[in-house]
Amino acid sequence: MATVAEQWVLVEMVQALYEAPAYHLILEGILILWIIRLLFSKTYKLQERSDLTVKEKEELIEEWQPEPLVPPVSKDHPALNYNIVSGPPSHNIVVNGKECINFASFNFLGLLDNPRLKAAALASLKKCGVGTCGPRGFYGTFDVHLDLEDRLAKFMKTEEAIIYSYGFATIASAIPAYSKRGDIVFVDKAACFAIQKGLQASRSDIKLFNHNDMDDLQRLLKEQEIEDQKNPRKARVTRRFIVVEGLYMNTGTICPLPELVKLKYRYKARIFLEESLSFGVLGEHGRGVTEHFGIDIDDIDLISANMENSLASIGGFCCGRSFVIDHQRLSGQGYCFSASLPPLLAAAAIEALNIMEENPGIFAVLKEKCKRIHKALQGISGLKVVGESISPAFHLQLEESTGCRERDVKLLQEIVTQCMDRGIALTLARYLEKEEKYLPPPSIVQDLQNKIKWWQW
Amino acid sequence: MRTEPGGCCCRRPVRANDCVANGEVRNGYVRSSAATAAAAASQIHHVTQNGGLYKRPFNEGFEETPMLVAVLTYVGYGVLTLFGYLRDFLRHWRIEKCHHATEREEQKDFVSLYQDFENFYTRNLYMRIRDNWNRPICSVPGARVDIMERQSHDYNWSFKYTGNVIKDVINMGSYNYLGFARNTGPCQEAAAKVLEEYGVGVCSTRQEIGNLDKHEELEKLVASFLGVEAAMTYGMGFATNSMNIPALVSKGCLILSDELNHASLVLGARLSGATIRVFKHNNMQSLEKLLKDAIVYGQPRTRRPWKKILILVEGIYSMEGSIVRLPEVIALKKKYKAYLYLDEAHSIGALGPTGRGVVDYFGLDPEDVDIMMGTFTKSFGASGGYIGGKKELIDYLRTHSHSAVYATSPSPPVVEQIVTSMKCIMGQDGTTLGKECIQQLAENVRYFRRRLKNMGFIIYGNEDSPVVPLMLYMPAKIGAFGREMLKRNIGVVVVGFPATPIIESRARFCLSAAHTKEMLDTALKEIDEVGDLLHLKYSRHRSVPLLDRPFDETTYEETED
Repeated sequence: MATVAEQWVLVEMVQALYEAPAYHLILEGILILWIIRLLFSKTYKLQERSDLTVKEKEELIEEWQPEPLVPPVSKDHPALNYNIVSGPPSHNIVVNGKECINFASFNFLGLLDNPRLKAAALASLKKCGVGTCGPRGFYGTFDVHLDLEDRLAKFMKTEEAIIYSYGFATIASAIPAYSKRGDIVFVDKAACFAIQKGLQASRSDIKLFNHNDMDDLQRLLKEQEIEDQKNPRKARVTRRFIVVEGLYMNTGTICPLPELVKLKYRYKARIFLEESLSFGVLGEHGRGVTEHFGIDIDDIDLISANMENSLASIGGFCCGRSFVIDHQRLSGQGYCFSASLPPLLAAAAIEALNIMEENPGIFAVLKEKCKRIHKALQGISGLKVVGESISPAFHLQLEESTGCRERDVKLLQEIVTQCMDRGIALTLARYLEKEEKYLPPPSIVQDLQNKIKWWQW
Repeated sequence: MRTEPGGCCCRRPVRANDCVANGEVRNGYVRSSAATAAAAASQIHHVTQNGGLYKRPFNEGFEETPMLVAVLTYVGYGVLTLFGYLRDFLRHWRIEKCHHATEREEQKDFVSLYQDFENFYTRNLYMRIRDNWNRPICSVPGARVDIMERQSHDYNWSFKYTGNVIKDVINMGSYNYLGFARNTGPCQEAAAKVLEEYGVGVCSTRQEIGNLDKHEELEKLVASFLGVEAAMTYGMGFATNSMNIPALVSKGCLILSDELNHASLVLGARLSGATIRVFKHNNMQSLEKLLKDAIVYGQPRTRRPWKKILILVEGIYSMEGSIVRLPEVIALKKKYKAYLYLDEAHSIGALGPTGRGVVDYFGLDPEDVDIMMGTFTKSFGASGGYIGGKKELIDYLRTHSHSAVYATSPSPPVVEQIVTSMKCIMGQDGTTLGKECIQQLAENVRYFRRRLKNMGFIIYGNEDSPVVPLMLYMPAKIGAFGREMLKRNIGVVVVGFPATPIIESRARFCLSAAHTKEMLDTALKEIDEVGDLLHLKYSRHRSVPLLDRPFDETTYEETED
């Protein structure tokens, strides 16, 4: 009975199939195909959400122990106990109670205790008080600031200048204002920490080239050119920058600017020049490394310097064409979001510029003294002089390292202490060992000032 | 715009004198009676005590934006944008003269330095009302200031100085909370003496040969002022944050930062390499949720526990005028073993019965705050920043802070100004001048805020904060308010996008102890007049609890290598 019934049902089914309308068959067909697909496709595994109970969460919170806020610092850490300077940090300096001749401050033109600077600052103090109580945008712009920017632009023969209230913040705010994520920056390996921080804040692609090695830089630029040809659309919106220093802080050498300018025009990259040490030092009138090499200042897109070395004040400035500099007034973080430079410091800087313009002979005197001291120090056994002969800031490194950085540092610190006992103030070059990308070898930094008299040697 | 109540898991009863429970920690809130637009007496202030966390009423309110005003503001921006496109079009086809500087001929084939759309806002909106900012002054930025007059003949593209000086403008824009911005008096005399003796510059870093005895003296004084073990000072307030946060946290740590933190805190957090998570402004539920999730779930993909958790908050938020809910933050910090970084840039000297800042204002223990940071620009009339805390912290910063190693130390006359003003505030100079200034500031704040609220303006922020934001909303009113007030000899600060959300442009008044009642009355009279002229009196006395302010989801920002 069952089979007959089954057969009967089968026959009926086949008949029904023939009689069914087309759309019905198509629908059924699709459904069958879909079922087959689902049967054979891989099952999608969701990530397992760990649904912890409230009690478990509380236990986790109880158990978690953070690291201490700061790791302990040993009592004899070399940088823990600072030298205390009593009185003005000028040419004759009193360090830890001992009177010394100052070879450690970056007071290249000897303007730290110049009475004219003090008088100008005093006049400004009597007029405007000490602080500016606001950023540049909100009643923090004084006539002194506008004057200083004008004077700096005229001195450097550029269209415009912008001042910052802190030397470190100058280049560290200037770079991220122009270079953003996706842009490419070619920077020297010996670049100073402020540049490194500026680059980190900009989130751009960093390409390092060996110190002062133009062939290495050219190789990197060529590689980038090949990359560009592969992807011209991207290349059209990727900005390129070369960041170099005029006179390098970490090595005392000068950058080869003429070759850099040639590379700039060939590979279409803009140059940012950091002139903290070379402003007021190199060049016939102290205008820096562009004057030293005789290069047109418009070829450099941005020059940044701090006023804390030759100008013996505080703060920093950037100068260049208005097209470039004006942008920082709205997007330089250290400019827009920070209080402006106290007017007395700006007045002192203006007076220092006056002195520089009135006596262009001091730069030649400084160069002469640098050359003589370099020569005189060449003969010291065990120490080698690192730096250009005309650089007022150079390093004394151990000729042969003992193999361990700590021991090198201890040895150099011994030398420094003994010198201080004999009345010469020197200092170890200070670095943040864990943070620097390319840590220079330990050294003593020597800074020459204009005022050194020969009989003191 | 009506906002949805968010983040609250309990229903809020509408009875007077009731307590509101929100999650685990209770909040205080401001609630006003609906109908009457009468004086402040009609506002009912509730404070809920959670074991006596708050020792005084915490009155903070942010009135919601009226719907019509919001719509009109968007319409205004829309019209401006359309005109902006039109002008760009005309400039492109040289029908209109192009005023801004252009690239050099020799470099025209370089990749362009700026994207066109980046500067759309600057070219077409900011330029129109640019004369309200960067106003140059030529006197001390005290209660009255002299502004240099400038004119523009090409619609603000360039300015010429006429040589005239607008004298004795009432200064409601400078951060001069205790009135120490003076060019006469004991501070100035002491600074002048130190200037004669020490000179202006230092030309060296703290670790090399730039550590003067003056710096050591200042640091000891700051430590005793704050009530902490040790302190360290730096030459720039912005740099204090951006250089020290990276020294304290690194990759593998978590930073919980308030939504409205200052650019220096954000930059410092980014440079550190730690993971940053943002919590809603002053919202303790949001913070607690983030803390819980962080500890329970650990680092995003590896699930390893976080090395440290650092909470970044400010004492007074300068754009909102709100004060951080410090008692609750400290309670949370203790419960979840996080570290607290308190940036008191605006609140040091300005809050608290003895001027010690927001910790003093709430009557808390300074040792509960792990890192107390502040600046000397606002209440001390100088420049620079400091960090105070335990001795181990300061020893670590002395050896590892970027600023101590690479940046020049502060200038001696500036340091002397800080020392003298701090001694004055502490009363150590033998006078009661400091105490009087603090009291005068507190009175000025209460008076000014009360009068403005009574006039019908929408004022944001806490009742005790010396920063008073007055809402303008519409873009045209930003320019109009600034110019009209200057015509009436009052200098104000107006802020718009991008410092504030796009429809919440405001005028911000910074009160000072140097403002006398007459000056405040004059200012209030003029503000009243201009408010009527520009129809700025939007207030309908309907305050919204802080939790309900609109905000997009908590954003999680992962760090890049």
